[in-house]
Amino acid sequence: MRFLKHNIMTTKTENIFKKIDTEVQPPLLYPEYKSTILRAPTKELIVMKRSLSELTGPAFSDFSLGALDHDLTKNAIKNGEPLGERMVVQGKVMDEKGRPVPNTLIEIWQANAAGRYVHKADQHNAPLDPNFLGAGRCKTDDNGNYKFYTIKPGSYPWGNHINAWRPNHIHFSLFGSNITSRLITQMYFPGDPLLQYDPIFQGVPVKGRDLLISKFDLDITEPLFALGYRFDIVLRGHNATPFENK
Amino acid sequence: MKQTPSQTVGPYFAYGLTPEQYGYDFKALVGNEMVNPLERTDTITIIGKVLDGKGEVVPDAMVELWQNDGQQALFGRCGTGTDSESRFIFRTVKPKALPNQAPYFTLIVFMRGLLHHTYTRIYFPEDAALNEKDEVLNMIPAERRNTLIATKTATGYEFNVRMQGKNETVFFEILTKE
Repeated sequence: MRFLKHNIMTTKTENIFKKIDTEVQPPLLYPEYKSTILRAPTKELIVMKRSLSELTGPAFSDFSLGALDHDLTKNAIKNGEPLGERMVVQGKVMDEKGRPVPNTLIEIWQANAAGRYVHKADQHNAPLDPNFLGAGRCKTDDNGNYKFYTIKPGSYPWGNHINAWRPNHIHFSLFGSNITSRLITQMYFPGDPLLQYDPIFQGVPVKGRDLLISKFDLDITEPLFALGYRFDIVLRGHNATPFENK
Repeated sequence: MKQTPSQTVGPYFAYGLTPEQYGYDFKALVGNEMVNPLERTDTITIIGKVLDGKGEVVPDAMVELWQNDGQQALFGRCGTGTDSESRFIFRTVKPKALPNQAPYFTLIVFMRGLLHHTYTRIYFPEDAALNEKDEVLNMIPAERRNTLIATKTATGYEFNVRMQGKNETVFFEILTKE
């Protein structure tokens, strides 16, 4: 009886397909963020089911990370420690059912404590830090947990409108189990007064905004060393098949 | 659980996501050489531009090429900021056709000004018969299908991504299973 019921449910759910969650995901066109005006597609997206080629992502077991990739306070040292407030970011990567996504790659990049990116195109008149690159990466463990050390990024001005300043943020790139779980996002900080003025953050519907704000956590904070922030990430979809494609 | 919302890749992704291509002192995990040309004789290049609504080339996009024909799964990544004409370039091999489908690549496009990345596909001009029967191509209005067909070049294919305009590239939303 139970077995039969289970079978029926399985058959039923396999035929239901979901679009992205527009309750939390930003639209492509958000005119307050000016760069969207000439870059957002204008025609409706063609909706399709994924095929075999979209079912599996790259096999990240093939990639070996450097010993200091997860520690941005050390991975670019030239002649001393980087300046700024040391912090540790920790969290769990899950699918929409709340199941951990193990062994997935997380790539991060950010500005330094003064709000300056190492990127050659960044012309902001704030100092570079010779001991800080601002790029790193880590993988989730078997339980979907990740952790990295860095310096709290500064805010910086940008050209979207007069007196536009980006709130403090760290960029995240994740893969998950297949092409539909691909995510590039930004982690913000609690209580940042710039969030209310930032069109990139405000482009996210109200229901989704809190999901991008990390939480200060005294339990993660390392005594005499680094402030702790928690940032959990939920990737789109779920996949019962193993993540590695071999 | 609610999905974590997407945010733009921004203008400064290069030293984090494509560091070696842009000359930063950080090892890259992936690049645009998806196969080793010294090991194979069937390599092709895919080259193209990303164009905005004014038809101007986008020099700060990042594109990822995903391919998987069941025998070979390959993944590449390239920024448009290092080529003199702001093109992306990949070296790979042509995927094989899957049952009832024409061969194709999936391309994911990220850039400043896109709050959420977009998916498109690259099909091949020499596969006209297969393209005509392809399930996905047939979902697209006939007059827009040609935006997904690459042009043959001496070393491979050219494929431009037009974000807007008369020949706006077809972009997809890929459904997930409930």
